[in-house]
Amino acid sequence: MDIDNEIAKTQEERRRKEEELASLTSLTFDRDLYGGTDRDAYVTSIPMPRGEDDDNALGFRKPAKIIDREDEYRRRRLNQVISPDRHDAFAAGEKTPDPSVRTYADVMREQALAREKEETLRAIAKKKKEEEEAAKVEKESGGAAAAVPKRRNRWDQSQDDGSAAAKKAKTTSDWDLPDATPGIGRWDATPTPGRVSDATPSVGRRNRWDETPTPGRLADSDATPAGGVTPGATPAGVTWDATPKGLVTPTPKRQRSRWDETPATMGSATPMAGATPAVPLTPGVTPFGGTDLQTPTPSNLRGPMTPEQYNLLRWEKDIEERNRPLTDEELDAMFPQEGYKILEPPASYVPIRTPARKLLATPTPMGTPLYAIPEENRGQQFDVPKEAPGGLPFMKPEDYQYFGSLLNEENEEELTPEEQKERKIMKLLLKVKNGTPPQRKTALRQLTDKAREFGANALFNRILPLLMQPTLEDQERHLLVKVIDRVLYKLDELVRPYVHKILVVIEPLLIDEDYYARVEGREIISNLSKAAGLATMIAAMRPDIDNIDEYVRNTTARAFSVVASALGIPALLPFLKAVCQSKKSWQARHTGIKIVQQIAILIGCAVLPHLKSLVEIIEHGLNDENQKVRTITALSLAALAEAAAPYGIESFDSVLKPLWKGIRSHRGKVLAAFLKAIGFIIPLMDAIYASYYTKEVMFILIREFQSPDEEMKKIVLKVVKQCVSTEGVEAEYIRNDILPEFFRNFWVRRMALDRRNYRQLVETTVEMANKVGVADIVGRIVEDLKDESEPYRRMVMETIEKVVANLGASDIDARLEELLIDGILYAFQEQTSDDANVMLNGFGAVVNSLGQRVKPYLPQICGTIKWRLNNKSAKVRQQAADLISRIAVVMKQCQEEQLMGHLGVVLYEYLGEEYPEVLGSILGALKAIVNVIGMTKMTPPIKDLLPRLTPILKNRHEKVQENCIDLVGRIADRGAEFVPAREWMRICFELLEMLKAHKKGIRRATVNTFGYIAKAIGPQDVLATLLNNLKVQERQNRVCTTVAIAIVAETCSPFTVLPALMNEYRVPELNVQNGVLKSLSFLFEYIGEMGKDYIYAVTPLLEDALMDRDLVHRQTAASAVKHMALGVAGLGCEDALVHLMNYVWPNIFETSPHVINAVMEAIEGMRVALGAAIVLNYCLQGLFHPARKVREVYWKIYNSLYIGSQDALVAAYPILEDEQSSEQNNIYSRPELMMFV
Amino acid sequence: MQASDRFNINSQLEHLQAKYVGTGHADLNRFEWAVNIQRDSYASYIGHYPMLAYFAVAENESIGRERYNFMQVNNILSFCLVF
Repeated sequence: MDIDNEIAKTQEERRRKEEELASLTSLTFDRDLYGGTDRDAYVTSIPMPRGEDDDNALGFRKPAKIIDREDEYRRRRLNQVISPDRHDAFAAGEKTPDPSVRTYADVMREQALAREKEETLRAIAKKKKEEEEAAKVEKESGGAAAAVPKRRNRWDQSQDDGSAAAKKAKTTSDWDLPDATPGIGRWDATPTPGRVSDATPSVGRRNRWDETPTPGRLADSDATPAGGVTPGATPAGVTWDATPKGLVTPTPKRQRSRWDETPATMGSATPMAGATPAVPLTPGVTPFGGTDLQTPTPSNLRGPMTPEQYNLLRWEKDIEERNRPLTDEELDAMFPQEGYKILEPPASYVPIRTPARKLLATPTPMGTPLYAIPEENRGQQFDVPKEAPGGLPFMKPEDYQYFGSLLNEENEEELTPEEQKERKIMKLLLKVKNGTPPQRKTALRQLTDKAREFGANALFNRILPLLMQPTLEDQERHLLVKVIDRVLYKLDELVRPYVHKILVVIEPLLIDEDYYARVEGREIISNLSKAAGLATMIAAMRPDIDNIDEYVRNTTARAFSVVASALGIPALLPFLKAVCQSKKSWQARHTGIKIVQQIAILIGCAVLPHLKSLVEIIEHGLNDENQKVRTITALSLAALAEAAAPYGIESFDSVLKPLWKGIRSHRGKVLAAFLKAIGFIIPLMDAIYASYYTKEVMFILIREFQSPDEEMKKIVLKVVKQCVSTEGVEAEYIRNDILPEFFRNFWVRRMALDRRNYRQLVETTVEMANKVGVADIVGRIVEDLKDESEPYRRMVMETIEKVVANLGASDIDARLEELLIDGILYAFQEQTSDDANVMLNGFGAVVNSLGQRVKPYLPQICGTIKWRLNNKSAKVRQQAADLISRIAVVMKQCQEEQLMGHLGVVLYEYLGEEYPEVLGSILGALKAIVNVIGMTKMTPPIKDLLPRLTPILKNRHEKVQENCIDLVGRIADRGAEFVPAREWMRICFELLEMLKAHKKGIRRATVNTFGYIAKAIGPQDVLATLLNNLKVQERQNRVCTTVAIAIVAETCSPFTVLPALMNEYRVPELNVQNGVLKSLSFLFEYIGEMGKDYIYAVTPLLEDALMDRDLVHRQTAASAVKHMALGVAGLGCEDALVHLMNYVWPNIFETSPHVINAVMEAIEGMRVALGAAIVLNYCLQGLFHPARKVREVYWKIYNSLYIGSQDALVAAYPILEDEQSSEQNNIYSRPELMMFV
Repeated sequence: MQASDRFNINSQLEHLQAKYVGTGHADLNRFEWAVNIQRDSYASYIGHYPMLAYFAVAENESIGRERYNFMQVNNILSFCLVF
């Protein structure tokens, strides 16, 4: 057979080739391809797919995970552990707390223990270091240990609070060298007390992978409360010398960050709590990591995963599906029946076994129980998520660890009531988290309604771990937080034991970069403090105030400020005072002072009543021994002063001296903070003091002008701005003492590069100009308009624009004027960047403020504009056109009408422009010219211009539409006679389309234009068009049409419109009738008092509408009645109004929100027009009606009546009879009103 | 009431109204309403000088005395509502 021969030949050939290249049994690589055998050069992992970018390009944005946008510092929230419930002293009353419950004392004791441990470790470290050094000195050969790489562990990476230097010293300190644990956590990183002893006492410290609390873990933390948590007997056996073990990170090699490790090593780093590899890295340290966790529960097996792992898993699954081996059937289906033969695998074939090769060959699933190669299942549809049972929404893979048990189709009846409840909660939560909006809504309501039934414990045990899920998305978090909020409201004081738990998950929201997340967090904490009360809040948060972890302290401070704003500052003051004066730890003082700062930031001017006490509480911090405390004190004072501005200087009296003394003695960060405080305090002072203190601080500021530190620069600029803007500082002083140094140091190109510097510098300079005048400042920088750096030119331009716009150009002399125009023209022409508005605005501002003085330069400017209108870049053309609209007014002032006419013609020629943005600008420029030179003098004449605009009205681009309709409207208003009526009718039809526009401005302009056109050519034709348009389907279109009809009626007098309009009501079509009613409503709104002449004419129509079966009829008619009543109040139309009121009144029992709203407003209108007494008489019949439903409605009406005209009711209240009997003697009558002279 | 109506302006309207002293509700009894009426009346008398003058003439008292009397009644009335 020739097939066999061919196969044999191919096989032979391939074998030869394989021998050349690589044998399958040993590791060889193609040297041509890979170059050399240096295997380290190979990529050992396939990079993660960056799918998002592609998806974004296609317009499918994946929902954003919170963790993706968080920085290292914010991710520390995942290190927090949801602490077990605490003792609720209020609920327990006099009882001694159950030993199994953590009380405040326990928590504080743990905290103290942790601190003590930290101290001890520090002492030991110091001692060891000393010993080490001594040893080193003795025998010079101790170098081996010193080779340990100095690396900062993850705890330090974002701790930038100024102690960086100190920290570096600590990290490199070699006290941990004898333990030979590279990458060990510092003493600093010892677990927080809450964590160490958190009811699973012997866990020691879990590593970060395990921090995500899983239901499983929580369950066992709940299950073992009695055993472990006897106070004092905390972390069983975790003595200080064993700590490093807890910290031993599971991967033996710690070169790369774990986040980017490959799945291969991941296998060993099984993310199970108990499975931290007990590799005894350190001799002498017995690893007993998670001995009691080593029996993994099923949910533990699913294990906490990091987002990367999830992604990897998803991605792998995907690849897996595509790369799975083809089955014989599939191959049969693919290949033709003949010409192929199934061969035996060659004898030399050995499946790949070596792990490294395997890694290169195909990505294998991780060797963890997390994932197994799926069974071959041809019928499966891979992209469709499996339907969850019982109408549950689909689960994402990361949800399985929380909701997995819902998938077990157990018989509900076999479960205990407790379990059933859990299941129910889980189902509801899943629906809230992943469900469709209706599902979510009902689930949320059920959770709220049954909150007390479920109980706080069951609810929070389910909700809180979900919030700690590392893969949470913004939307999901929002929903879960909402659940907490609703549940909190219902549970009220039952939340007390869970306050700390809730805080652990909610506090991170307070430092989220998303504004709404912050607001949400505040709301929850505020509600929480209202529910739990101040005592519980303080008890829960007090231990965190001097927590070792800066992150915890920071979030706690913010949370405390929210508590203060919720429960009032006075309530918190004594506590704050005690904390700020804490002798035990500087952390407590720091946090206390920070709370004050946060309070000031949060509640703003509401600090004023408590300003004095707040300042008193923190003032001693300025002289604190700890540098951080001094810094935060100054920052807090700054925040307080900012919040209190412009009042409250007397409260700061006591800190002035230390602050001003401080700036002479401090450097660096502390100095910056002090300067900031001074900057905010000076504006509060009286003029004399401000001037004195400014001079005191100024020499320091001028010294710091040269500081290379960016932060310092910003603060200095800000302080200079604040000082300069105060009243007492004189122009002469600024001019002589500050300006030269200021310009020398700050007006340099480098400042223009950083956005924040740029802004600050411009603001400060503008503030100085306000004091020293335009000429000084502009004169100094005008030359720089011709600088070669564009960002710098832009900064100069922006400053000049702001200065000139503020102060005008009268200070500028002829020479400076020349330089200025020259510079501006240069800068304008040389600009290349896209951000062109600065130049445009600058040009406009300067030209406008120079006014007539610009005349000599106008030909040159117009030449530039004309030249640029012809540019090939669309941006340039657009900008040129925009510039025309800015300077048109000035050109008129300079009597350059001829020039403008010329520009008009030029613009007219460019109306064929194809870029909509540019076309919009050109239309805008034409409009500006038409506006200033008037219709008669316009060139090209209006009769030529308008027909050219009609087709442009069809353009769908918003900017074009807006400018075009404005121009057309302007022409219709002022120069309608230049255009034949037929053309106007054509435009009317075009305008109907414009009513569909999304932008409100366009619709408004359109509707107004209808009015102008109707005025120009008479209302009949326009009205006919508009009435026809009422028949269209689109609601927005109809609404706009009704408005247009009303406007036509207003401009052309109602009597020209009303007959046709009322006639249209006879059309038996819902939309048309409603449109007519709506037009009437708008019409009476617009014509106001004029309505008195028409009210009798439309009353029969409204009668009919108010009796109609259709709700919308009645609603619209009611709103027409409202406008009518308000318009004719006091004009003697009461008879008609009472008549209409009789028709409106029966509608008060409507339940549809819009209808009832309209009816209520109509009644309010009647109150104004008829007087409260008449409406009260309508009301009285139902106030004490036997049916509650009736009473409710009547009282609602009574209340709005009462709020509206309380005084007027006095005369109209009914006469009540006195109740006089043996036991009571109530006089209800009002005898005074019976008096008669 | 439909679910969607629960949070609309009308339910809020009632809530807003309830913030003001003197407004009523479906469970208000005759006594409470009457007290409100009395209070409003006396407050109104005090607030309108011509009314005071009129009562003063009718009762042959000074205007100041009238005002003082009305104030006293009003204080007692406001006490009525507190309990």
